[in-house]
Order: sequence, then structure tokens, then C-alpha cells
Amino acid sequence: MGLEQIYTQIITENSRSTEHRYQVKDPTQVVEGVNPSCGDDITLQLRVKDGVIDDAAFLGDGCAISQASASIMIDLIKGKSLKEAQHLSELFLGMIKGTVTDDDQLDELEDAQAFRDISHMPARVKCAVLGWHTLQDAVKKADSGEKVKP
Amino acid sequence: MIGQFPLLQKKQDGKRLVYLDSGATSQRPQAVLDAVDNFYKEANANPHRGVYTLGERATEAYESSRKEVAAFLHAKPEEVIFTRNATEALNLIAYTWGLQNLKRGDRVVVSILEHHSNLIPWQQVCRATGAELTFLYTGSDGVITQEEIEKKITKGVKLVACTHVSNVLGLVSPVQAISVRAHAVGAVFVLDAAQSAPHLPLDVTKLGADFLAFSGHKLYAPLGIGVLWGRQELLEAMPPFLTGGDMIESVREQDATWAPLPQKFEAGTQNAGGAVGLAAAIRWMQSIGFEEIARREQDVYQYAWQTLAKLPHITLLGTEKGQHSGAISFTVEGAHPHDVATILDADAVCVRAGHHCAQPLLHHLGLNACCRASFAVYNTRADVDALAESLMKVRKWLGYGA
Repeated sequence: MGLEQIYTQIITENSRSTEHRYQVKDPTQVVEGVNPSCGDDITLQLRVKDGVIDDAAFLGDGCAISQASASIMIDLIKGKSLKEAQHLSELFLGMIKGTVTDDDQLDELEDAQAFRDISHMPARVKCAVLGWHTLQDAVKKADSGEKVKP
Repeated sequence: MIGQFPLLQKKQDGKRLVYLDSGATSQRPQAVLDAVDNFYKEANANPHRGVYTLGERATEAYESSRKEVAAFLHAKPEEVIFTRNATEALNLIAYTWGLQNLKRGDRVVVSILEHHSNLIPWQQVCRATGAELTFLYTGSDGVITQEEIEKKITKGVKLVACTHVSNVLGLVSPVQAISVRAHAVGAVFVLDAAQSAPHLPLDVTKLGADFLAFSGHKLYAPLGIGVLWGRQELLEAMPPFLTGGDMIESVREQDATWAPLPQKFEAGTQNAGGAVGLAAAIRWMQSIGFEEIARREQDVYQYAWQTLAKLPHITLLGTEKGQHSGAISFTVEGAHPHDVATILDADAVCVRAGHHCAQPLLHHLGLNACCRASFAVYNTRADVDALAESLMKVRKWLGYGA
């Protein structure tokens, strides 16, 4: 696969964007995600109010793919319900695994569709899914009422 | 040289393959592939079992490989234990010598340079015995000083385990100084030669180690064969690691006695084809000669250091000073190592990116991950030029413009 399919403008711009990189005020969930193959870790912070993601941001280090993926993910889930966030994460992981291929369905992922070609690069799949797996952990915690202490 | 390595003659997307990941595993010369092929075609049976002619031929192939490995190490054949790899060899020491000899209040010393194979077994054994694990630290240059050796290896230290060459920084450790100090305080010294075996002569009569471990696959041999060497008296006093077939003397319903060395530590059917391949790899290296190997590798290493050091946005890890072998690690400003490796791969340049199974070292150096170019005797200055040329494209792909 050519580099132009991986390092698209959407990915390189989002990887360097700092828009969603900050400390969330009074977060309800703080979840760390680690990629054991490279040691990259990100910390996802959510502030959930009445089942809706009121604010979300992330901190940590990672490659262009993991950072862009996390940044685009946060763009998508801010203001959405936990249920919608869970649905989007399943859709994204399905796209990367190649189990969801329907274009109309994938349109819901908006810019995150830029990672569709990563499914042909097994070595980089873990990078693309790091943020989304972390999101699933965070949603699980929020659903079960597990909150960080203020 | 490359003519002897079938895989290195393959193209990737029409481009010449530039293999700079020999620190992870080397490529195999035709001589090794032929030796393995020949074993399976001419001598394959289960060694030490069949009393028929073919069985004897398999035993002869396996045991003569052991003799060749022993000669390579300047050791006795009964001190050479075949394992799957260096990791298994180090675990063998930890779970036999370690569990038997360590207790609460004892200390185990490793260096911060260790890759996980020579760290986690000691973490586990310390946890099981109550011994304390302490570290020889380096400065940001990766060098272990004499002062640090004397400060950390003191009375109460029962085992010192150290890598011969750092798999990240390519620096040769001060093995003699560590060994002298370890023995002065009554400790056993374990030398992890996984990264040095392809590059430096390993004479156990001179290295001052009590145990030594290496993997065949980094030394032009097949995957899945490794070596543990240990001093005979230590090996004889140790209990077996794995038990079962082939490692016994006699078995009754409730107990058993063990075979003499080296069989005591070789339970179950062994990788005889791998052992034959390892002996062939050693013969192949000896046919070139260690001096010639060192001359070629040092030329490429020095050239790589000088070339990479001149490139903009590239930071080399460690120091130019001191004896190096095998690997140079670096970072590219603004680019994550995984992205660097992906972009280089588009030019068929293979480098490792990540923590190189040495996470504590990277944290010590203030990094999460880095890129590593590692060399073997088949690498040339042209490979370094290809790496440098490809590195110049990295930031452009990531949107930096230059």
C-alpha cells in the first residue's frame, strides 16, 4: 500500500492538532490505553453528564496514526451519548477489521473513515485502534457508574 | 556477500531490500539453509532414541553440532545446553540456580540496559524468593561507569546479570570490570550474549562469566535454537528446569534420577535441525573470520554514525565514544518511530521501531520509543546511504514540508 493512502492530509493535520489535547476539567472517567508493541500510551478523559459526553480530550504520546485517530475520535464523540459513542467505536473497529464495509454505514464515522486503508497494514492496526479501545473501556466504566474521585 | 543470502536478493515492490534489523534477527546464508535441508533429507530421526543407523546419524549430527558450539565458545561440550533461544536460557538459570540459591535479603543486580529477556526472569525470581532487584544505571550516554559498578555490586549481591552489548545503543558493556567485581563479592555472573554473539568472539575462558546465553537466529542460524553455557560445577549442582523424556537416568513410579550433563537440561525432543543449522552458521562465520567480520561491520557502523549524525532533525542515542557493535538508535524530530518505520518501508528499508523490548532503558533515556538500524556482516555503506536518503523523506510525508 502506498504512503499517500496512509499519510493523507486528514491524518497528518489531525496528528499535529492540539485542539483535543488538554486536561478536562472535573473529568468523570480517566482511562489509560497502552500499545504493548511500542509502549505508546494515551490517557483519555471524559466528563459525562446525564449519559452525554459533555467534554473529552486526550494526553500522551503516540505515532501520527494513533494521535490522529484519537483526535478525530474526540471530534466525533463530543456531545454524543455514551450509547452513540459505543456504537461509533464498534463501527470504527469493524471498519479496521474489515467486517463493516458498507459505505453508507461508514459515513457515520466522517473523517475517521480516513483510517479505512489501515486494515491492509496489520503492523499499524494497533496504532489506529488505541484511542477507540480506550474509549470502549471508558464507556464501560461510565456505564457501570465508576467515576474518578474529584 | 549478499550473493550468499537468498532473501537479500529479493526485491520489495521492485526496490532493493535494505535489511537493517539484524538486531532482531539476521538473515540466513545459503550454507545454513543447505545444512538444515540436508539434515532433514539425510539424517532426520529422533536423536538419542533410535538404535538403528538413521537414529545414530541424527544423534551424531546433533552431538557434533554441540561440539562445534563448544569449540566456538572455548567450552566443554557437556557445558553447552541447547535451548530455544537466549530467553529460554536465561529463564533456565533464573528458575534453577535462582530459585535454589536466592533468599530474602540477597540482592540481584542487572543493568538498566537489559532487554526484557534478561530482566523479567530476574524480576520473577526476586518476587518468588524475596531477593531484591537493583540496577546498574548509566548516564544519558548509556555508559556504565566503574564507580557505578563498585557502588552497586557489594556484599550481599548473589547474582549479577548483564548484557554484553546493548540492543538499543550498540555499546559494549564493561564485562571484565563487572565480572571481577561480581566475583570479588562472591556473586555469580550471567552474561547475556544475545547481541554480541554475531559480532564479537565469545571465549568463555576469557570473559569471566559463569553463565552465558545467546540465540542462534541473530547469528545466521535458524529460528528456535539457542544456547546456554554454564560452568560445569554450577550446572551439576542445579536441579533440572523442564522434566520429562530424555533428561532422565532412571524412572520409578514415584521418583526419578537425572541424566548427566547436558541431557539433564534437554527434556523432550530437541531442535536437532536447528542445532545443525547453528553449527553451520558458526562454520560459515569462521570461514569469513571474526577479524574480517569486525572489519566490515565496524566500517559500516562508523559510516552510519557519521552519516546519520549529519542529517537534520535526527538525534542519535548514546555516545560516539567507546566500543560499539551492531546497532544505532535514533529519533526523528516531530515523527513517531512507527511512522518513520512505515515511511522507510515504502523504500524497502527495514528498521525496528518501538521500545526494542528494553522499556526501562528507554524510560531511563526519557523516551517512549525510538528507531533502530542494526547491522550484520552483509550490510554495506550503500545500505546506510539508502537509509539516509529515505530518512530525508519522513518529515515531508508527515506534513512538515521539509
